[in-house]
Amino acid sequence: MSLLKVHNIDTNIDQYHILQGVSFEANQGEVTVLLGRNGAGKTTTLRSIMGLNPVRSGTISFKNKEIQTMATHNIANEGIGYVPEDQRIFSGLTVEENLKVAMKKKDEQTQKRFEYVLVLFPDLKKLLYKKGGYLSGGQKQMLSIARAYVNNCELLLIDEPSKGLAPIIVEKVMESILDMKDKTTVVLVEQNFIMASSIGDKFYILDDGKTVRNGKMRELKEDEALRRQYLGIA
Amino acid sequence: MNKSTIALIVLVIGLILLPFIQDSRSILILMTQIFILGVFAMSYNLLLGYTGIISFGHAMFFGIGAYSIGLIMRYYEPTYLYFLFAVVTTLILTAIVSYLVGLLTLRLHSHFFAMFTFAIAGLFLVAAEKWRSLTLGNDGITFKIPDFFKDRVIFYLLSLGLLVLAYLFFRRFTQSPFGKVLQAIRENEKRVESLGYRVFHYKIIANVISGMIAGLAGIFYAVSLRFVNTSVFSTEITLDALMMTIIGGVGTLFGPILGSAIVQFAQYSLMDLAKVHWIFERWVILFGIIYIVVVMFFPSGIVGTVKTWFTRRNKQILGKKKPEGKKSMESSKADAMKNILKGEVDG
Repeated sequence: MSLLKVHNIDTNIDQYHILQGVSFEANQGEVTVLLGRNGAGKTTTLRSIMGLNPVRSGTISFKNKEIQTMATHNIANEGIGYVPEDQRIFSGLTVEENLKVAMKKKDEQTQKRFEYVLVLFPDLKKLLYKKGGYLSGGQKQMLSIARAYVNNCELLLIDEPSKGLAPIIVEKVMESILDMKDKTTVVLVEQNFIMASSIGDKFYILDDGKTVRNGKMRELKEDEALRRQYLGIA
Repeated sequence: MNKSTIALIVLVIGLILLPFIQDSRSILILMTQIFILGVFAMSYNLLLGYTGIISFGHAMFFGIGAYSIGLIMRYYEPTYLYFLFAVVTTLILTAIVSYLVGLLTLRLHSHFFAMFTFAIAGLFLVAAEKWRSLTLGNDGITFKIPDFFKDRVIFYLLSLGLLVLAYLFFRRFTQSPFGKVLQAIRENEKRVESLGYRVFHYKIIANVISGMIAGLAGIFYAVSLRFVNTSVFSTEITLDALMMTIIGGVGTLFGPILGSAIVQFAQYSLMDLAKVHWIFERWVILFGIIYIVVVMFFPSGIVGTVKTWFTRRNKQILGKKKPEGKKSMESSKADAMKNILKGEVDG
């Protein structure tokens, strides 16, 4: 069942026409990966879904409800969590406070999510009372993902979680996303093809602000020519 | 009870005893001013330090408080009932004005917000100057106050009480979930929106609370002088609060109080130095140099810098090496402030 439907969206940033017809669907319980070279429009696509870069035309439906004209906070309250690429957490707040700020609802379900992320990221449990500014890049990334997840989200948009991280940390982050897959739907933007291919169920390739190819991830794994053409990798 | 709480309690007890162990009137007046302006700076710090809002019009709330008490005491009677009436009037007026100002301006980016508040505060200044039949313009109004407040020691203790209450209120407030959201807004507004918060509402509430407390400080300021004129609406009042907050430590609870003490003491002693050498007659220039030095070498303010030193020292004692590429909390805060000043909007 399709949870998120992005249909032919166009987005401008200042005078630049960044997205010129991006379309894709994310099915419930799957990891959908957006691939493409730098500047293809992957990050802008996620930001457009969140309303941070408003779309000029096209539609974005979440649970069959159009959200493209909604304000960012309302989109988040619909159940979409966003993990931006720069791992920027609230450095003046402790790890616990970072998570609590995100826990808008105080119900049992949210408490369970809180406990779950601490099991998923044991490092965060150890650093619960440490200020966010003192965390390493990997720990910040974990906190960033955990923070988006505790906020009652049904769909998680994750932007380049492996960026700037050591391979061992990338592996940990990857495992955590795989673990979350049972609980939430994920749309992942990732340059690291090894990571993307090992956790993604299906892919969409973006090029020059347009969706150019899509299919099952295993098809892309087998299609070297396609990878070389659009991603520049063999 | 931690060490800093014990130190603060000792400090408050010392300040309570101060008027009974020394009888210098000027020191008592100076200390009273420090307490009142400390409250004003704390209210400004809620905006600048905890929410990341730069306002150049904070004096309007201070002025509303000062004029409310001045006008009510002058045109009615200097009784306790009317004093209470002035307090309630101030709280209502500052709440309404700060709400409306917030509604009009808080959607704007930092620079535009700062300019807009500057303009609105200017309107209050002009209104106070031109409405001579009521305010007597720039000549100002002198007024009587209830007898109880005339005693310098009692007024000193009341001002200290206001400072302590404001401190406790801000401590509670900034540690509450609401306060944590404000601190998150200071660091990254867009990120907070992505978590589902309507940032605009939070900013308005912070603006209203800040305005109401600034109004209370304005009441005490006017009562301490028994006089009010248009200078209470001037930009200098806002800049003083900005300076106190930055010198003491942006985003720290004790910083604005320390900043108030430093600024007031510096003004007091630099003015006295004018008798020693003519160059000190231009004490404002010297004061400007001190300000530049503090901003250049202590961007986190005195309290922030001391905190950083303590953190580093504790780390050295523990023998823990600071992980590579990490910044101290205070430098992160300073970075956040730089972003605010640059008007950077980050998703």
